[in-house]
Amino acid sequence: MIPPSFDYEAPASLEEAIAILGKNPEAKILAGGQSLIALMKLRLASPAVLVDINRIEGLGYIKEEDGWLRIGAMTRESDLDTSDLVREKYPLLADTTRVIADPLVRNLSTLGGNLAHADPANDHPATMLAYGAELVATGPKGERIIPVGDFFTGPFETSLAQDEILTEIRIPSPNGSSGGAYQKLERKVGDFATAAVAAQVKLGEKGVVEQVGIGLTNVGLTPIKATAAEESLQGKEANEAAISEAAQLASEAAEPEADPRGSVEFKRALVKTLTHRAIKTAVGRAQGGK
Amino acid sequence: MATQYIGKRLKRNEDPRLLTGQALFVDDVNLPGMLHVAFLRSPYAHARLNSVDTSKARQREGVVAVYAARDLGDYWCNGPLLVSPPPVEGTVFNERTQPILVMDTVRHLGEPIAAVVAESRYLAEDALTDILVDYEVLPAVVDLEAALEDGSPRVHEDVGSNVAAHLVQTIGDYEKAKKSAHTVIARRFVYDHGTAAALENRGVVAEWDAHSQRLTVWDTTQAPNPIRIGLASMLGLSENQLRVIAPFIGGGFGPKIMMFYPEEMLIPWVAIQLGRPVKWIEDRSENFVATTQERSQIHQAEIALTEDGKILGVHDVFLHDSGAYDPYGLTVPLNSQCTLLGPYKIPNYYSEFTAVFTNKTLVTPYRGAGRQHGVFVIERLLDLAAKELGIELPEIRRRNFIPPDEFPYDNKIIYQDFTNLVYDSGDYEPSLDRALEMIGYDEFVNQIQPQARSEGRTVGIGIVAYVEGTGIGPYEGARVQVQQSGRVSVATGIGTQGQGHFTSYAQIVAEQLQVDIDKIDLVTGDTDQFHWGTGTFASRGAVVAGNAINEAAKDVRAKVLKAASDELEVAEEDLELAEGEVRVIGAPSRSISLGELAAKANPLRGAVKPGTEPGLEATNYFGPERGATSNGVHAMIVELDPETMMVEIQKFVVVHDCGRVINPMIVDGQIHGGVAQGIGNAFYEQLIFDENGQLLNGSFMDYLLPTALDVPNVSVGHEETLSPLNPLGTKGAGEAGAIPVGPLFAQALEDALQLDGLEILEIPLSPSLLWELVQEAKGN
Repeated sequence: MIPPSFDYEAPASLEEAIAILGKNPEAKILAGGQSLIALMKLRLASPAVLVDINRIEGLGYIKEEDGWLRIGAMTRESDLDTSDLVREKYPLLADTTRVIADPLVRNLSTLGGNLAHADPANDHPATMLAYGAELVATGPKGERIIPVGDFFTGPFETSLAQDEILTEIRIPSPNGSSGGAYQKLERKVGDFATAAVAAQVKLGEKGVVEQVGIGLTNVGLTPIKATAAEESLQGKEANEAAISEAAQLASEAAEPEADPRGSVEFKRALVKTLTHRAIKTAVGRAQGGK
Repeated sequence: MATQYIGKRLKRNEDPRLLTGQALFVDDVNLPGMLHVAFLRSPYAHARLNSVDTSKARQREGVVAVYAARDLGDYWCNGPLLVSPPPVEGTVFNERTQPILVMDTVRHLGEPIAAVVAESRYLAEDALTDILVDYEVLPAVVDLEAALEDGSPRVHEDVGSNVAAHLVQTIGDYEKAKKSAHTVIARRFVYDHGTAAALENRGVVAEWDAHSQRLTVWDTTQAPNPIRIGLASMLGLSENQLRVIAPFIGGGFGPKIMMFYPEEMLIPWVAIQLGRPVKWIEDRSENFVATTQERSQIHQAEIALTEDGKILGVHDVFLHDSGAYDPYGLTVPLNSQCTLLGPYKIPNYYSEFTAVFTNKTLVTPYRGAGRQHGVFVIERLLDLAAKELGIELPEIRRRNFIPPDEFPYDNKIIYQDFTNLVYDSGDYEPSLDRALEMIGYDEFVNQIQPQARSEGRTVGIGIVAYVEGTGIGPYEGARVQVQQSGRVSVATGIGTQGQGHFTSYAQIVAEQLQVDIDKIDLVTGDTDQFHWGTGTFASRGAVVAGNAINEAAKDVRAKVLKAASDELEVAEEDLELAEGEVRVIGAPSRSISLGELAAKANPLRGAVKPGTEPGLEATNYFGPERGATSNGVHAMIVELDPETMMVEIQKFVVVHDCGRVINPMIVDGQIHGGVAQGIGNAFYEQLIFDENGQLLNGSFMDYLLPTALDVPNVSVGHEETLSPLNPLGTKGAGEAGAIPVGPLFAQALEDALQLDGLEILEIPLSPSLLWELVQEAKGN
């Protein structure tokens, strides 16, 4: 469990980092290292160059601006976990952060890394799908904005170019009666999700669902946006029947594979249960509950 | 008044060293000029080696040597058979043991093919990629039942089938007993593989000293003395030329009593060949495939009972997964066969097993060592019978317990120590009663559970019983010496892997010599200090080595009293030991310290009486005529989320009887750790192999070990039914926590779910498996 040899670069600026990435097709970005280092030790990943972006200043922040929550890609999970802003206004994000790995991992792991690594078992991707987030990539020609729906192209694959760095995550700031929740079955702390579901809702007058986002974790080759479930809930009062129907549709949208964590049938049933719980909690929170 | 040490809840002597990082582990051994080894391991479970080309690896800078099987010359061999089959008539046993390096045929994933020796582990691992192996991949034998079908691929071509062994033992006549039965219940039970996952992996460091012509081996073994003797003979050295040190070890659990591992045979030889110290430390990826595992078995079992729930007999035919080789003989399936009998009177018993070779890592004892399976089968059969007969689950157990006046109780079958399975002593009802009381059985069943159910909660209770054969022979020994400083040194031959030996053994010596335990220095596992004995396994450390230490300390006590009697001119019976000195009873100011007596017993000038032995020292041995039988009852309350199938343990109780308790805190710790492993085995841990024998979850990313959050507080009650087989009256406690947790989960979850037709007959469980069983039951 020793990685093969590799070169190591620790640029002090984004421009420098982008230039190194451009020159080395076998380079990988080292952010928190909580997934990449493990894969290297198992020799499942063997990048020729590690580009450590931990010394680049200005990539870690959490702030609200122009109707968005802007989070620097190098923001550690533990910073999200302890942010009052996140806890008070972004319960879905707070829920998600709290169930990622364990506190030791969260001290180092980053939001950007969790997304850019694009492990279908990672938790933030489904959450960002539910939020309808935008991702900011910085490359040689400057910044470009990638809607999260276009970001995940396959297992461990994203639409980032080799010389682009994910630098910012933008979540629409909630307004009106909004709430969200993340429901994950992890068999023990630190395990990957057997399945998990992110839900974000906005309620209009008389409790009618105005906006809804539902994302599914680890039940497909990429995180899945449960579009049919969203559409079925949209415009309806969020009652038991409507939530159950959405949960059923979400489970049909899942494309799980059997693995040591469970059978296809179990995972589908689990998506239904977790979607139901996530929507119910999200609605409760939108109505002012915690 | 003598101070009592045995039975006291004392803090552990060894902990300051362990907690401050002062304790030596094998990987702490770093020697000048030391080389490092990495192994090329087979990526296939079953393959023929057409060629192994190490030439490129040899050329890499920093590589000192590369060995494949053919490079070992005359040293290449298969390891020894460690345990012979038991003397049961008609037994079939096909002995096939593991080679140092694969010569022609790979028989399990991770089997070592070549070893690279380099200036660093980094270089050694890089050089592994230079070795070219031409594999001809063969179909793998994975499934136990398919392995026995005609036309199955064979693990060992020269054995006519995949049968490793076949053995039948019987008591009475089951078929006859069945004819008078009111109820007969038959089921198929499956118990699958896990790994011990000790905190510390294995490791070997060897150093050949040309000046002294001695070889020193640091080894994570539970059995340093047998390793010394075995290695001496393999290497053609005198036993006196070998020193094996088993220092502190981060968990043994049985896989570290397996010997000889290929690495254990190879590293010392390489150190001699190269004349430089050599180190190999197993990494976790290797541990998942190269360290022995347990415990796949499939049982087809049947129980016959009277209408009032008395057992008339049990019939059990089972398959046991041996893995690719069987150097540990039949210990594991024999334990399953014997332990099934439990604390119950089973007058008629037919038990037949077939051990099966498969293309998997070797199966050897892991904490419980086959006992889990037997307990699972009998406890589940009793649960099913109780339901059918309308008897409460604790009650059917009570009705079948062996009564206290029938001990010693001879089960009349052969146990793993090749003597009859005789329970030395026991009193089972008090353990059950106390467990029922501690778990709050009546209150739970009559109030808490109905209340919870009315609130829509899914809660259940389980209660299971077991016996555990412990403390088997052959023997252990110890040397005890009072030093001039007044400190007492103790040396014993067994190794230590976290059992608290430095404290409980000190308590035994302190009791005899009346010296504080922090004045007692213990050495374990260093063959230069004590070179007789077999090792730490089978819950025998406290029983066998503990009693050897007690005997040696008694001898020293006799010498002390005699010396003091001469010195003080007082009869021995008028003397007492207290606070590190010998005093005249009734006149405590007339005294002499043990240190002074030790000095006088080793005069530097003058003359001694002919026949005088120097010092206050004694060596003695203890070998029990047979093992001592511990017993216990586990009880648990769980709450289940019926949609996600996640289980929360709300209360866990163990009542345990291991005879005389030397240190209750240490026994509590043994139970807690065992329960944690039992919970892992029951609900989290399962090695999953595909049809090619590939391990699908060979890392802690995917193999789930329970953590502190998943293991509840465990309340322990100690009963003390002394063993008549040893002077201390002790029985073993090392495996008790782990043994019955599987059936406990099954019973408690069935109780929680209250679903007609739901039967949990398989371990390990998982949320997914539970969900499927529930769907199946609902569908019926």
